[in-house]
Amino acid sequence: MVVWTEFERSTIQDIFSKINYDVVGPAALSRCLIVYPWTQRYFGGFGNLYNAAAIMENPKVAAHGRVVLKGLELAQKNMDSIKATFADLSKLHSEKLLVDPDNFKLLTDCLAIVVAAELGEDFTAEVHAVFQKFLAVVVASLRKQYY
Amino acid sequence: MVKWTDKERSTVRTVWESIDIDELGPEVLRRVLIVYPWTERYFGAFGDIFTTTAILQNPKVAAHGIVVLRALDQAVKNMDNIKDTYAALSRLHFEKLEVDPDNFRLLADCITISVACKLRAEMNPQVQATWQKFLQAVVDAMCAQYY
Repeated sequence: MVVWTEFERSTIQDIFSKINYDVVGPAALSRCLIVYPWTQRYFGGFGNLYNAAAIMENPKVAAHGRVVLKGLELAQKNMDSIKATFADLSKLHSEKLLVDPDNFKLLTDCLAIVVAAELGEDFTAEVHAVFQKFLAVVVASLRKQYY
Repeated sequence: MVKWTDKERSTVRTVWESIDIDELGPEVLRRVLIVYPWTERYFGAFGDIFTTTAILQNPKVAAHGIVVLRALDQAVKNMDNIKDTYAALSRLHFEKLEVDPDNFRLLADCITISVACKLRAEMNPQVQATWQKFLQAVVDAMCAQYY
């Protein structure tokens, strides 16, 4: 089981209390679709994703970005059992959505960049390290139910 | 050979001109050592780099961060020829320094995060995409002389 220090717990809580979910979620997902365009294939039902402007203005992308961040908040609230918390979500992504699990890392990379830009100099190396550990646990949990 | 549009060239130049190597260099290498601690094994001659505090205060780490970013300047100045520009550096890292090439990607990620902290909203999705394309070309060039 993942072991979290007090510093790590409070840092993650601090990050989530500082970020605006309505901005960060949509920003991370739209960046993922723009920077790694093959990820667009998973969102065929979202309508116009033909260029960066369309992606950034697409309301379905924004709504789904918020859904993703709410999922991450669930991990933040259950840091001692992220694997169990995400078991169903992992099964969903594997069996129903057929998402290549490598894409989880791409999304969390974009999320790290968005949070870094939001927090600026407050995103120190120590905060960065804790956030990266948290995201790595999230990604591993989402991969867990794939065969 | 990597193709660059005029917009991509000017984006990379603009990003590069808005950062201070003496400020960002130390921060980038500190991030790598703190966020990915196994990289400490490459810097045995730097003295104490085994705690976050030590890393943040170590003058050799700071100086070497600047060396690394000065080398990145060469890529910015030779965007059409990054592979040749880095041939000797790649050979050095392979034959003499014996650096696992996966670490180049980690360094590139830390550079992107540090730049995002500095540029904040200016690092919009298109700028991020261009900057990551540039760093990918740098990483590929650094890997090019490995067997």
